[in-house]
Amino acid sequence: MTQHWIDIKNANAILIMGSNAAEHHPISFKWVLKAQDDGATVIHVDPKFSRTSARCDLHVPLRSGTDIAFLGGMMKYIIEKNLFQKYYVENYTNAAFIVGDGFEFKDGMFSGFDPATKKYDQKKWAFAMDDKGLPKKDPTLKDPRCVFQLLKKQYDRYNLDDVSAITGVSKENLLKVYDAYAATGKPDKAGTMMYALGWTQHSVGVQNIRLGAMIQLMLGNIGVAGGGVNALRGEPNVQGSTDHAILWHIMPGYNNVPTTNWPTLEDYMKGNTPKSNDPKSVNWWGNRPKYVVSLLKAWFGDNATAENGFCYGLLPKVDPGVDYASMVLFDKMYKGKVRGGFIYGHNPAQSMPHTHKIRKALTMLDFLVVGEAHETETAAFWRQPGTDPKDVKTEVFLLPSCQRGEKDGTISNSGRWHMWHHKGYEPMGVSKPMGWMVVEIMKRVRDLYAREGGAFPEPIAKLDWYETYDPDLLAKKTNGWFTRDCTVGGKDYKKGDQVPSFPSLTADGSTVSLNWLYCGGYPAAGKNLSKRRDLSQDARAAKLGLFPNFSWCWPVNRRIIYNRASVDMNGKPFNPALPVIAWEGDKWVGDVPDGPAPPMAMEKGVYPFIMHTEGMGQLYGPGRVDGPFPEHYEPAETPVTSHPFSKQLSNPCIKIMDSDMDILAKPGDPKYPIVLTTYSMTEHWCGGGDTRNTPALLEAEPQLYVEMSQELGKEKGIKNGDPVIVESIRGKVEAIAMVTVRMTPLTVKGKTVHLIGMPFCFGWTTPGVGDATNRLTPSVGDPNTTIPEYKACLVDIRKADKVTELAR
Amino acid sequence: MPKAFFIDTSRCTACRGCQVACKEWHEHGVVPTLQRGTHQNPPELTPTNFKIVHFDEHKIDGRIHWLFFPEQCRHCVNPPCKDFGDMYVPGAVIQDEATGAVLYTEKSKELTPEQCKDIKELCPYLVPRRDEKTGMLTKCDMCIDRVQAGMQPACVKTCCTGAMNFGEREEMVALAHKSLEKVKKKHPQASLLDEDSVNVMYLVTQPRDKYFEHASRDIKPLSRQAFLQKIIEPVRRMAG
Repeated sequence: MTQHWIDIKNANAILIMGSNAAEHHPISFKWVLKAQDDGATVIHVDPKFSRTSARCDLHVPLRSGTDIAFLGGMMKYIIEKNLFQKYYVENYTNAAFIVGDGFEFKDGMFSGFDPATKKYDQKKWAFAMDDKGLPKKDPTLKDPRCVFQLLKKQYDRYNLDDVSAITGVSKENLLKVYDAYAATGKPDKAGTMMYALGWTQHSVGVQNIRLGAMIQLMLGNIGVAGGGVNALRGEPNVQGSTDHAILWHIMPGYNNVPTTNWPTLEDYMKGNTPKSNDPKSVNWWGNRPKYVVSLLKAWFGDNATAENGFCYGLLPKVDPGVDYASMVLFDKMYKGKVRGGFIYGHNPAQSMPHTHKIRKALTMLDFLVVGEAHETETAAFWRQPGTDPKDVKTEVFLLPSCQRGEKDGTISNSGRWHMWHHKGYEPMGVSKPMGWMVVEIMKRVRDLYAREGGAFPEPIAKLDWYETYDPDLLAKKTNGWFTRDCTVGGKDYKKGDQVPSFPSLTADGSTVSLNWLYCGGYPAAGKNLSKRRDLSQDARAAKLGLFPNFSWCWPVNRRIIYNRASVDMNGKPFNPALPVIAWEGDKWVGDVPDGPAPPMAMEKGVYPFIMHTEGMGQLYGPGRVDGPFPEHYEPAETPVTSHPFSKQLSNPCIKIMDSDMDILAKPGDPKYPIVLTTYSMTEHWCGGGDTRNTPALLEAEPQLYVEMSQELGKEKGIKNGDPVIVESIRGKVEAIAMVTVRMTPLTVKGKTVHLIGMPFCFGWTTPGVGDATNRLTPSVGDPNTTIPEYKACLVDIRKADKVTELAR
Repeated sequence: MPKAFFIDTSRCTACRGCQVACKEWHEHGVVPTLQRGTHQNPPELTPTNFKIVHFDEHKIDGRIHWLFFPEQCRHCVNPPCKDFGDMYVPGAVIQDEATGAVLYTEKSKELTPEQCKDIKELCPYLVPRRDEKTGMLTKCDMCIDRVQAGMQPACVKTCCTGAMNFGEREEMVALAHKSLEKVKKKHPQASLLDEDSVNVMYLVTQPRDKYFEHASRDIKPLSRQAFLQKIIEPVRRMAG
């Protein structure tokens, strides 16, 4: 989240799209309802009428996978009706930048595409530069090659008729949403967007969010109270896990993973440290060397020296351009290219797409170690339905993990608050924290290398490893300390002192930090700010709902990021009633500003979007692999054979796995005419491994269901409560029909399209509840992230004569 | 001073935190459930479910209404279950003076299954359930242990949206009226259910017939004859 949960209350309009917030983030509705009490319009755009919709002022069902068309129409509406915040767009976004001659857009395709690799040459999309090395600009926004004009042209095609025809949303409803949300384009109004996996889990997932963010920039809704682009992160520390890089493509603190293109530290720094010739651009990533060297020092300790490139050479390097995402990993496993490994707190045999393939892939392993609180479908794959344990060669180890209440540690919530949780009671049985498992296993691996040697032992032998698992020590090291007596920024530090904040991190080896973002959260011995529970606040903070002394949030306890965009160029808040920061006299007051520099108009003032090299919000974003502007493409499996915006049916860069099991229904396939969307629910968490073993939750939601419209029920002869079989080209699943007024057939290009929805939490290790819904979904992903397209695929449904997976 | 709940269903998201918190606080076991084409589970109150969130859905004039109703004992101001309990086994049903909580005691084990059935059927909301294992009559106990210790009932404590409220009756009545006035602007048909006769006041947004049968006491008024018969039946049985 650019904001934090409480800030939702400050919104004048709330667009919940790609999220079922009331069910998946119940606490969010405390603040949504407060905003509503104060007059905010709350809108839910989602295929299903859910518990979220029940509390919204307006629910608008749309066909799953058409968010870009819906939002593209909104962008057109905002530009055409002149509803954008002109001052903000002109001064705080790249609207005025001139795009170079290499950029073109024609019939759904951007310039630079290579069909052989399914990749664009992104250099074609670069800005036109002046002789100072700065992007050329047209402040009048009239140049046909300026971002604003290109943006206008791009979305001019998204007219109401076409958007309505492809999304299945009536024109009346489109206008209702556009009108209500675009009203926040006024300087003293704010709209917030709340999204989750309903935006991300598409083959255009990243561009869904991009377009949301672009609309927020147009309306001046980023940086202000009650605004923002708010990714609602999950309960098991999703925010913390991305910050600390439980993703293959980054190292902790959002630093790119090393590739063979960057064999030395020098190469890495050169390739990853942006430069700006604009004195007003903070270009924060110019600090990257300090963060990466401090990280290497944290990993390799005294072994990391300036002379040996701080052991950068010991890091594994990925092949450039090769995808190592989990869907690809399991594809490789299925093809027999993976021998074994560790799976912690993850149940891929249940929650990855196309679980038939995943379950088969696991049998190809020699060994598998699973760290879990319960025996999940992944841990028990060797005895899964249809598998004779005698035929499985894999040796499986199940390490019992304790639960959160049984251990000390931290989580980072959606609002980036870093919060300590205290162990409440002793772990059950022999269960242990997963951190303990990692520390102890690695200790033994190191012993083995020390005793027996081995190929290339240095990366393991030279690690600065731990004697025991100590959450407090890790929290301290995450913040970081000084490795020697030194002076930084005119201040003297002693060896072993905690680093007070990330501006004091260095690239010379005098500091360690496991994650620069968290530097400042444990700024002195005995001062673990994640333990703060102080509710004190001044009047200004009280009005905003800001609790600066409760826990700590990255970066530097800044509660609303990009907050320099909440004030005009002289530091005066756009909304004087709810100032996030304000320049008063000669200083900033309010939230921690995005850097201490004075307002932008002053001599030493800086641009607001400090993480971007050019300092501006990116209406035009050349950094995404599938285009600088989001463009509508159909899901990999779609009920239509064409769409009104171009001849390019699906994302040209789409990731599709190519094993013999990876088959897709063809567009408009008459055998699979129904759109399936999958989701979670309040009562069960993700794959359900924990919650199916929590009796009160299983009592409330005991079995797999499929939500479908009364119209479809009538068509298929299915009554509420009937057992049914849902079938895709990849598999079939038994479920109980929930025939409901809450699902609505949509008219898409003049024809009726039915949508059904199913949760994915029920699996065979809990007897009689049903089995993986993901046996239906395809191994298809977004080209930027390879996140699977769980939210839209094609199926058919029929009444079942008998069921075997469901107790009746 | 009697205590009261005010349950504003216009703020309920049916997260069922209250349903689960109630079970957790009372350390209740579970009943086996099946998916029957609704999110509502278990289907009704049980000896281990003192609180159940009801889900009722309607499409009225093209608009979908999904109505949530966290059901529990209403802790009647003049509880009929106590009147009849006293007739059968004095002390089986008591009303706590300090809080107004209607409580079923260990003595309720002395009630026969038939007597329990009578008490259940005379409850205007059909709430009491006999626990076949222990023989006790059961229902929401207002978390009397928590309340006596100065805490809120578990269901209220866990509610994050302000749907569940608990406090002095006077305060709750005031809050109910204030809320009704506000909710009526969006839901002109909103009303308070049986506010004078119960200590668990519900605010509903739709007419009562859109909710489950026992949401309020007067949804299906008994004919005078049927009512008399219902009253006389247990007395007649006692007599002979």
